[in-house]
Amino acid sequence: MAKYLTQRFVYMVITLFLIASLTFFLMKIIPGTPFSNASKLSEAQLSIMIDKYGLDEPVPVQYANYLLNLLKGDLGVSFQFNNVGVTDIIVNSMGPSATLGALAILFGTFFGIILGVISALKQNTWVDYSSTFIAVLGKSIPSFVFAGLLQYYVGVKLGWFPVAFWRGPEYMVLPTIALAMFPLATASRFVRTEMIEVMESDYITLAKAKGASWFEIAFKHALRNALIPVVTVLGPLVVSLMTGSLVIEKIFGIPGIGEQFVKSITINDYPVIMGTTLLFAALFVVVILIVDLLYGVIDPRIRLAGGKK
Amino acid sequence: MMSQEKIAKEMFLPAEVDATKSEEISKPSLNYWQDAWLRVKKNKGAIVSMVILVLLTIMALVGPLLTNYGIDQQNIKHNNLPPRIPVLEKVSWLPFDGDLTRKNGDVYNAYEMKNVDNYYWLGTDSLGRDIFTRLWKGTQVSLYIAFLAAAIDMVIGVLYGAISGFVGGKTDNFMQRITEILVGIPNLIVVILMIIVMDPGILSITIALTITGWVGMARVIRAQVLKLKSQEYVLAARTLGLSNGKIISKHLVPNLAGVIIINTMFTIPNAIFFEAFLSFIGLGLQPPLASLGTLIDDGFKVLQLYPYQMIIPAIVISLIMICFNMVADGLRDALDPKMRD
Repeated sequence: MAKYLTQRFVYMVITLFLIASLTFFLMKIIPGTPFSNASKLSEAQLSIMIDKYGLDEPVPVQYANYLLNLLKGDLGVSFQFNNVGVTDIIVNSMGPSATLGALAILFGTFFGIILGVISALKQNTWVDYSSTFIAVLGKSIPSFVFAGLLQYYVGVKLGWFPVAFWRGPEYMVLPTIALAMFPLATASRFVRTEMIEVMESDYITLAKAKGASWFEIAFKHALRNALIPVVTVLGPLVVSLMTGSLVIEKIFGIPGIGEQFVKSITINDYPVIMGTTLLFAALFVVVILIVDLLYGVIDPRIRLAGGKK
Repeated sequence: MMSQEKIAKEMFLPAEVDATKSEEISKPSLNYWQDAWLRVKKNKGAIVSMVILVLLTIMALVGPLLTNYGIDQQNIKHNNLPPRIPVLEKVSWLPFDGDLTRKNGDVYNAYEMKNVDNYYWLGTDSLGRDIFTRLWKGTQVSLYIAFLAAAIDMVIGVLYGAISGFVGGKTDNFMQRITEILVGIPNLIVVILMIIVMDPGILSITIALTITGWVGMARVIRAQVLKLKSQEYVLAARTLGLSNGKIISKHLVPNLAGVIIINTMFTIPNAIFFEAFLSFIGLGLQPPLASLGTLIDDGFKVLQLYPYQMIIPAIVISLIMICFNMVADGLRDALDPKMRD
């Protein structure tokens, strides 16, 4: 286990280092300086700015400085917002993104599991077919298309929920639904397949023979084992949430990291782009690692260090 | 109650067992592809999806030629007209009569108000460009990017995976370390960074999509090759003196075909999604080029006033995504040897 952990950790560090370097050099390749759209600056001001951000130093020195600052958790200073540290920007916009992501994954997986269990128990009935249909829609329709349609039909036409912004619980409903569709679809498919398999195993037959109720069999005996493989899709789910959050936050005007990222792309705010990129990458590798470890903890039949497939 | 029907005594005689008959092959023998086709045919969803995809592809190719309008032909006087189709406009419950609804609920005919005699089958956008023409041109571009990305992914992935798996040893070890690191990098980030560096265009979007896209394919192929090359028939072929090239082309490639097809089929909708996604966050194709993503993005800006401008491309992209996913699922069930019963 310890060996496996160290190995994974080394890979994680290498990956993050590569991404950090990649973002740094890519940002250096882009023609023009970050100040090219600030035409009001005089020559003297420009040289002060360049000096201040260390842009006149040779690239290797800049690179070394950048990496050193990274280790200290300093992601640099935003070019567009006066003297605001990128770290501060990210910390400030983390709240809404985290809330939205957590809500989406909670609701998505919860309803996905329920849908999956129901369609497994009612296999090949209209319930099963309609939940399959929902899952196909949820997996296929891009989240921004779904969000746009929700916004128009539920927000504008029916007026049930606020169309945009982030001011209270009722504002969270539409973005959560839009973002939760993918986790819901994925979870329901997975749970269905696993449930059908588990329901055929001997211990379920035994439970039935002993006269356990339908509810007990489904939720106490079958679901527990059916849920184990679902943990493996949590990784891709979190990734899809990150992708989704970029557009969902833009559509609904939620002041989160995704919206910040999209905005910084349009205004060429390189330090913010680099910072958010690194944050996304770090989140990604950490989540994948946690999911892998969780899998070993939940299912004792899998031993990560020794009998890894 | 048991039925009282009398059963004839002959029914209880032992059945005659004819060894030659029981071994008889009653059905024509099928090869892998015929067998797979039989399975696909049973899957109605996959068949319907295939038909829809073929229709959409045909429309993407001939659609822009069916109207008299060019893709970037603007007519400011005719902007924001809702869909109107001859004959169908008489059917009141179809939304093809050129009517628009104001915010206060009034319904008016935009064509009469603007004194337009032309028919714009799917309406016009805010610059007065015909949406029907742009929609199919956009579908064409989206499909083109998706197919190109999938093809490049396939070639690189299959080559990389096959070499890694077939050569083995240190080469494999080294190549595996590279893919392990690449898998850790979220492709969303690579794609966005690449687009920021390169100017958005059909080619740069395709390149950005393929930079990390091939890794999944490479891993699957490597695993398959590792499994296949230790099979007895490969050993037999080697003992008989077949060269490596022949073993690959005669024995490995046909057995890999199923995996390759399944993976490619899942890559295509993914690429379509990413292209649309990039357009939506402002990193997509530049006007006058259109793709489904840019059309949705444009339509989204006027969603409250002219919903049809977003809904029409949204329907097409959703259809394409659903159909590709259904076909890919169907093919996986049909081609995956593990599913054989």
